[in-house]
Amino acid sequence: MTVRERLRQNISAAFYRHGLLCASYPVPIVLFTSASILTCCYPLLKLPLPGTGPVVFTTGVRDYTIPYHEPQGEIGERPEWYRGPPVAYIQQVLVKAAVSPWDNTLVPVDVFRSPIGRVFSLLEEIRNHVYTDSSGVRSLESLCLQVTDLLPGLRRMQTILPEHGCLLVSPGNYWQNQRDLFDLDSDLLKTIHQHEPKGFHISTSLRDLLFGVMKEHTGVSLYSKKRVVTYTITIALSSYDPRFLGSLRARLKQLHPSLNCTLRDDHMVHVHFKEEIGIAELIPLVTTYIILFAYIYFSTRKIDMVKSKWGLALAAVVTVLSSLLMSVGLCTLFGLTPTLNGGEIFPYLVVVIGLENVLVLTKSVVSTPVDLEVKLRIAQGLSNESWSIMKNVATELGIILIGYFTLVPAIQEFCLFAVVGLVSDFFLQMFFFTTVLSIDIRRMERLWFLLADLNRRLPSPHTITLQAPAFRNLRLPKRLRVVYFLARTRLAQRIIMVGTVIWIGILVYTDPAGLRTYLAAQVSEQSPLGESGLPPHLGVAPVFPGGDPTSTLSVLPAPEPTIIPENHSNGHDSLGHITPVSPQISWGPEDEDGWKHLYLRQWPSLFSYYNITLAKRYISILPVIPVTLHLSPQEAIETRHPQDTRHQPPPIPRTPDQQNDLTLYKVAALGLAAGVLLVLLLFCLYRVLCPRNYGQNGVPHGRRRRGDLPCDEYGYSPPVSEISPLLLRGHSMDIECLASDGMLLASCCLAGQIRVWDAQTGDCLTIIPNNGLRRSSSSGGWEHRDGWDPMTMPEPDTLSGADTGACLEGAECDGYPLRRRLTPSRPALFVDQPDLTPLIDTNFSELPPSQKPPKNGFDFGELVDRAYQEHEPSPSLAFTPSPTAPQPRRPSVGDQPVMSPDPCSPGPTDWDSSVWAMELRGNLIAAGRSSGKLELWDAVEGSLRCCNEDGVSGITALAFHNNRIVAARLNGSLDFFTVETNKPLGAPGRGSMPPSPCYRSEDVINCQLTRSVQCAHQKPITVLRAAAGRVVTGSQDHTVRVYRLEDSCCLFTLQGHSGGITSIYIDQTMVLASGGQDGAICLWDVLTGSRVSHVYGHRGDVTSLVCTTSCVISSGLDDLICIWDRSTGIKLYSIQQEVGCGASLGVISESLLVTGGQGCVSFWDLNFGDLLQTVYLGQNSEGQGVRQLLVLENAAIVCDFGSELSLVYVPSVLEKLD
Amino acid sequence: MEDTSMATKLSAPRGPYIAVITNRTTNVVIRGTMLFSVGVFLALVLNLLQVQRNVTLFPPDVLSSVFSSAWWVPPCCGSASALIGLLYPCIDHCLGEPHKLKREWSSVMRCVAVFVGINHASAKVDFANNVQLSLTLAALSIGLWWTFDRSRSGFGLGVGIALLATLVTQLLVYNGVFQYTSPDFLYIRSWLPCIFFAGVITIGNIGRQLALYECKVVQEKIHQD
Repeated sequence: MTVRERLRQNISAAFYRHGLLCASYPVPIVLFTSASILTCCYPLLKLPLPGTGPVVFTTGVRDYTIPYHEPQGEIGERPEWYRGPPVAYIQQVLVKAAVSPWDNTLVPVDVFRSPIGRVFSLLEEIRNHVYTDSSGVRSLESLCLQVTDLLPGLRRMQTILPEHGCLLVSPGNYWQNQRDLFDLDSDLLKTIHQHEPKGFHISTSLRDLLFGVMKEHTGVSLYSKKRVVTYTITIALSSYDPRFLGSLRARLKQLHPSLNCTLRDDHMVHVHFKEEIGIAELIPLVTTYIILFAYIYFSTRKIDMVKSKWGLALAAVVTVLSSLLMSVGLCTLFGLTPTLNGGEIFPYLVVVIGLENVLVLTKSVVSTPVDLEVKLRIAQGLSNESWSIMKNVATELGIILIGYFTLVPAIQEFCLFAVVGLVSDFFLQMFFFTTVLSIDIRRMERLWFLLADLNRRLPSPHTITLQAPAFRNLRLPKRLRVVYFLARTRLAQRIIMVGTVIWIGILVYTDPAGLRTYLAAQVSEQSPLGESGLPPHLGVAPVFPGGDPTSTLSVLPAPEPTIIPENHSNGHDSLGHITPVSPQISWGPEDEDGWKHLYLRQWPSLFSYYNITLAKRYISILPVIPVTLHLSPQEAIETRHPQDTRHQPPPIPRTPDQQNDLTLYKVAALGLAAGVLLVLLLFCLYRVLCPRNYGQNGVPHGRRRRGDLPCDEYGYSPPVSEISPLLLRGHSMDIECLASDGMLLASCCLAGQIRVWDAQTGDCLTIIPNNGLRRSSSSGGWEHRDGWDPMTMPEPDTLSGADTGACLEGAECDGYPLRRRLTPSRPALFVDQPDLTPLIDTNFSELPPSQKPPKNGFDFGELVDRAYQEHEPSPSLAFTPSPTAPQPRRPSVGDQPVMSPDPCSPGPTDWDSSVWAMELRGNLIAAGRSSGKLELWDAVEGSLRCCNEDGVSGITALAFHNNRIVAARLNGSLDFFTVETNKPLGAPGRGSMPPSPCYRSEDVINCQLTRSVQCAHQKPITVLRAAAGRVVTGSQDHTVRVYRLEDSCCLFTLQGHSGGITSIYIDQTMVLASGGQDGAICLWDVLTGSRVSHVYGHRGDVTSLVCTTSCVISSGLDDLICIWDRSTGIKLYSIQQEVGCGASLGVISESLLVTGGQGCVSFWDLNFGDLLQTVYLGQNSEGQGVRQLLVLENAAIVCDFGSELSLVYVPSVLEKLD
Repeated sequence: MEDTSMATKLSAPRGPYIAVITNRTTNVVIRGTMLFSVGVFLALVLNLLQVQRNVTLFPPDVLSSVFSSAWWVPPCCGSASALIGLLYPCIDHCLGEPHKLKREWSSVMRCVAVFVGINHASAKVDFANNVQLSLTLAALSIGLWWTFDRSRSGFGLGVGIALLATLVTQLLVYNGVFQYTSPDFLYIRSWLPCIFFAGVITIGNIGRQLALYECKVVQEKIHQD
């Protein structure tokens, strides 16, 4: 034993034990895993939340030193990013200017023309400021941040933004910092506006950059009410020189004192910017996420054969995600902080870790034998796949470790996360997922038992109530499914509702002050007290609550009293002078954090114009220098441009109050219109998506009243077209056997009558026996059955057995009509005799489950035996009762002929034994009887051509292939016959053996037993199929045997089922599929005898199997039709059928499947599983199921329907329906 | 057996209407179209990844950066991917050794994700030098082949097409059609062959999967129409 083998065994054993453990204690293990996940994720709380918003950190100015690159010991509350020098120091000079006193001679333009004009002198002052001390002369030029070219894409800004020099921006930049240009500018507002971006723009505009305050605060407007202009001069400094800045500050303060300024100047604000994700970067990111979701979708789609598909898929995703979180948490715990962009590498991590192991695990567990205990199933499934899982994990770890040695920091970090993630994923798979799987399987198991019990004990359709629509996984078109899903869960409504609630919550949470201000203002406006109590200009507040500092003050009452008196003390205005209001310059706390007035994003965009990125870096904003400018009206008039007077002062009634009101109305109207539009849109969407009328039941669906139309759970019923099936009437009893060779159709009913039909026209050609006997419907038999009490069973049985025995004697039963041409001397049997067959058969299938059928069977057999011995001791004693015992327990399944344990023992010429198997080739009907007799009939003439009585055990199955007939018998033996034609001398014969079996009537046909394989199987042979020179038999002894047809040599014995074989499929391409009572389907390679795949598809027996070139279709006792991929063995989908009708299957073309139902046949599209059409066979068809279904070569199907045959021509439109 | 089923599937007779739709020419055209669109999409996105390194925080115009490359690049990539995607199943069929490894869409998606990841790494990760970058990418590409393909024909075709594409790119750059910012392998970047190889493997994978599901895809198309 090699090391590898030993290792493999050890791993397998360990996994087995682990599986037992997980399945035994599911709840504690799930709790334990959840606890460990939470523990490992705990360090994540320390990590900053993802987001790209800038982070602010404030330090004092006095003891400011440039932070070191290396983190110091006493970092304290210093953030991580606060290291090294900033990109720039931002010094802002905040200018507030007003023309005062204001008088009526001034025009609106005067509000801002002269104040802005003063910027040039201020700029001059700043530029020329020089500080001299012992270390030398310092000017702004030496300290400021030097910038180079603008980005190539920003040519249009070239005239405005500085290039090749200090980064110093102010409103003067609009006029290239030249006073002359400013003076010549006739329309300042137009100049300012022409650089504004068109349309809706949420990010910073050039105006915000140059003015340094937000648009609403500048006061540069014709309708400004306050008549105070605010702007900043922004200087970016590359190095910090406190003395120079101090002197500049002192100089400006000296020149333009701000008396009432309370701004603090001892704080420095550092703003850190995270990496910004632009839309351009988002596209690849979104792509990777789309690929990730597609991957998850395609992976979880493969989970099958479990109780809750979605639950397991969720568990799989949870496993992967929480393993990732655990990996990040663990890495954080051990001091490694993630530097990579989490969102970017996340999809790759998921893909690397993968869902494969989880899926492999599920598949392996699910495909263990269902009859095992759950614990053992889990353990077995785990240990089956242990080696491959370990190999996978080891390979991935190896690859990642190789990646770790690339010595590229980013890849190393990725690999580290991936390694930890893989390990934790393995841990979670083993503990979390396995346990969840065991819970799921256990639930499934319970259901399965329930179903199996129901299926076994209560075969009558109406007792099964468990076939809830939950089991219907009928496939619909995708579009419809999405719509139905939306409609069913009311997803859209819920999402909208939740979204609204969240939105309102965010509004209330983030902006309580604004809202409160707004409300307060509203209240004060409406109440006359408030109107009179507040100065008129305070009423401006409502629309821009944050915009008007005074209104903010109204809710922050502390600073307010200090302002107005001081203004008054300035003496520029008097209290009584209400109109026009004289501008008042106030410095409030809102100006202190001047930088807050701006979008913090303006800095990145300003720097990005010069190709300087602020991502992952920070800038330091120095305290602003306040400058107050009071201009006299004369100065304002002097600086006027000749055209300025064109702007008339605003009309008196158009007060800002009303303007604001108007805005309010506009907003309200717009909102209303938008709301109406939205409602209309939603209504249209609703009408489009849900076109059906829910409440109206005006026009009932044509066939819905039948109640059993296979419609899906949403009420979607497929179109029904009127295909009228051709009913072939004639049989008096239920049809038992059906055979066809394309041209002819032979059927045999329980009465033993064989009829031959023309498959094209449906004409009855021959009746065998054709002596015109018509059975009266044997009322006696039914009475017998009605009076049948299982407890008193022996009595009638004795009677009938005695009858039979008596009749079998032949000569004694004289009173009966003639039944057979060959033995006209025995007319007696007929009236009485055929009653026996249905009698016994139906009784066995309808035995109440409480009764023990085996016991009755044994009694029955003994009785038969006794009766038989009494009357005719013969070698047919070999027909032992034991094999019959299990037979009656199982109702007839599928196209397999019912083996009714007919007590009629074979007489020398028996019409009494029923036909158990029938085959039709050419014009020869081969009929195998329960007596073991093989008869060959001429299908056209209705004459017996040949008869072989070599066997004594009943023939359960027949195969007629070329000139060979294979008969399987009840005792498990297999007989090979050869049909030989001996031409009469006069006939012009070509050869002794015509290749196509068309036997002329004058030929003498001889049927010889060439070989008999005794004990081909230990138990009765249930299925026999022949194709491609092979004969395949399936038996109740759980094995399938393959024989060669030519020399009847047994090639293989295929073992793999854990139940009796119930169905076999073999075709010319040597594909062999077998299904058993264990619900398993095996695909075999006929050439090598190896098992290709083995799947569990059904709860209960597999009743029928058909293959197409690409898939395998199986139906089971659970009324499920499963479609499997033939090459991979993966279940593609399944169709839940009506109760008790999913037994018979037929494939018409590559994509058209036909199934028999309760009184109907249904056509399905194999590619999607869509129901194409349902054809009803009769008017009152309830309760009669189609048990046998044959597909003829001319695309017609024939099926049995009680005592009638039904010939359905598949319409050509059917293929075009989809 | 897979081979025979493939063969029978391709030539299996179907109903008259279905036969019109699923005949080989239509099928190939549909597959080609899908592969073409996949190629164009990947070219656009991956080009954006490459361009992004130089795009700073203020994207002046998003559309222009999406279509930052010349107009002929995405169609070329699309046609190449259509060709390769059709060639792969064809060669599998000819050689008679069908692709057996994990023929599932989830695996294909994984492959695509890894391919995008390789591109991502080439564009975003800072490597010490170009040799290291190229070697890493080569190892990743080989890993991609080993994980998702493992067929000799796939490897051969991948290497061949990668070499051919590299040669073509060299010629293009030599003739001045476009240029790389910092060429280190004659006129192009040395990691280009690795990217080409990985791309060929990925597209081949998609092509094989499409060929496997050809019938289904065709039916779905009809259904959607």
